[in-house]
Amino acid sequence: MTPAQTVAGERILEPARPKRRLADREGLLAKLFLIPTFVYIVGLVAFPFVLAILFSFSGVTTGNPSLEFVGLRQWRTILGSSVFWTSFWNTLTFTLISMTFVVLISHVLATILVKDFRGKWIVRFCVLLPWTTPASLAAVSWLWMLHSIFSPIDWVLRWVGLIEENMYWLGRPFLAMGSIIAVNTWRIVPVATVIVMAGLMAIPDDINDAVEIDGAGPWRKLREITLPLTLPISAVAALFGAILTFADMTIIFVLTRGGPTQSTQTLSSWAYFKGIEGGDLAQGAAVALFLFPLLLAAAIAILRLVRRSEVM
Amino acid sequence: MAAGEGDRDKKFGGDRIDITNQDEVARRRRRSRRRSIRGRTILYLVALIALLVSAGPFIWSTITSFKESPDLYTKANNPFIFNLPPTLEHWRFLLADTEFLTFAWNTLWVGFLVVSITLIVGLPAAYALARLDMKWSGPLGIAIFFVYLIPATLLFIPLTRVVGTLGLLNNTWSLVLIYPTITIPVSVWLLVGFLKGIPKDIEEQAMVDGYSRLGAFLRVVVPLAFPGIVAVIVFAFTLSAHEFIYALAFISSTAEKSISIGVPTELIRGDVFFWQSLQAAVVFVALPIAIIFNLLLGRFISGFTMGAVKG
Repeated sequence: MTPAQTVAGERILEPARPKRRLADREGLLAKLFLIPTFVYIVGLVAFPFVLAILFSFSGVTTGNPSLEFVGLRQWRTILGSSVFWTSFWNTLTFTLISMTFVVLISHVLATILVKDFRGKWIVRFCVLLPWTTPASLAAVSWLWMLHSIFSPIDWVLRWVGLIEENMYWLGRPFLAMGSIIAVNTWRIVPVATVIVMAGLMAIPDDINDAVEIDGAGPWRKLREITLPLTLPISAVAALFGAILTFADMTIIFVLTRGGPTQSTQTLSSWAYFKGIEGGDLAQGAAVALFLFPLLLAAAIAILRLVRRSEVM
Repeated sequence: MAAGEGDRDKKFGGDRIDITNQDEVARRRRRSRRRSIRGRTILYLVALIALLVSAGPFIWSTITSFKESPDLYTKANNPFIFNLPPTLEHWRFLLADTEFLTFAWNTLWVGFLVVSITLIVGLPAAYALARLDMKWSGPLGIAIFFVYLIPATLLFIPLTRVVGTLGLLNNTWSLVLIYPTITIPVSVWLLVGFLKGIPKDIEEQAMVDGYSRLGAFLRVVVPLAFPGIVAVIVFAFTLSAHEFIYALAFISSTAEKSISIGVPTELIRGDVFFWQSLQAAVVFVALPIAIIFNLLLGRFISGFTMGAVKG
């Protein structure tokens, strides 16, 4: 070994020497960095989840805090209740119909909002408003829009001459469900639009250029390039939206409280009314647990789509 | 010559144009202009409809909040104009005679503490997942993504018991404790994306210059990730201000409520609706959040790269 090599060797080794210090030991540092998050999630997500399962097999209520095991009694009561099945089907229709509209509308809006045009910022601002406003306050705004007597929608319909009397949007089962679906769609569209915009912007410019040079019209470009490339991200947007939809009870709580006669009750809202307002923690927890398989399916689908897709 | 023409054809359209034929050129020019005018018209039309449908309820809330009651509660009156002169009375009532400002204050300080906890806990975790060598960083990223998707509906009933055992029921501190379970996963997820966007060379250079791993993280990476951190601050604050189910389940006394539950439960009393003040509250909250969100929209879009779970 020549002296020059030794010098060079030392110079390379020198910065590696402090590696022994705590702040440099990557494995340990990584664990230390992750511990707080781990503690938080285990303590306040995983543990309550287990507790929810325990609740559903017990007779716990707000008045009777004991967790004695009662077997499948609560589950049997729930499955035998007609409100459960109404809520179950309402959750499915509510989610599926909302998401169909969300996918269609958000695609159109995203296509527009990635273009440049005058006044774009105000359109973008307004389109995002339903999402940036707390759901409960947005619902208060709609409660007034759908008021039984002073609804401005009714006023316009009367003015045009389509109706004579009021519509009672939230007072009739079919219209109430329609209103809930419309308000939910209105609220989820902005977040889906943002997700689809991210996908559209990730399409490489040279693909778009190549398509235009080849002389494809806008319709053909949409069908052969944009749709196939953005289909996975639209699906991701829909699944995110679905989770936000079936797990939410804010809009229903403010607008209809599940009525008229349980016609807009969903699993989420029923879990709240049973568990918190009714004080039956065990049955409330069991109802909420029915959401878990839906959630798991949606989450796995999102992951698979993300891993396959080119533009995320 | 023939080859040159072929190139030009490719550039300007699919099929051959005889550019010596003036009529043909003019016809094509007209067609393409017509196409673009029609495209612009449709664009503006759809944009206008989107604007009206999205903002409609808020526009109407704004008008309502300035209306005199006799004007508002006359069925035949045009609801979109002021049939009587506008009034500030209902805004005054909201700010002075209701608990609205208490709710706003609760929301602000809960949000501030939740954001602080989120960053202190989430930023190191995101760095560990994005950069440090670990066998488990892939599965852990996915686990955090799953936790992010778990909705409040699934956990609010057992958490009510947890919060009760800790003696925090009916207390705003319960929200400070529980909201980070929502904000930490989503923030870690966004931050992993932002941190992966910072070139590794920069912190390696910092370590060559004598910083430790920890030092490089604190002094080099955190300042570089600052734009991403600002986005996360806004996002986490918004989530905590939006949250409804936990707050509704945990808190029943007026003085402890946040805006999102205070407005629909306290300003609506049985059958008595303070409609104008209610709508004033909606506008009061909706506008500032929307403005800040729009300033940062670009960052949210770039943050939605799924970097954390792409593997």
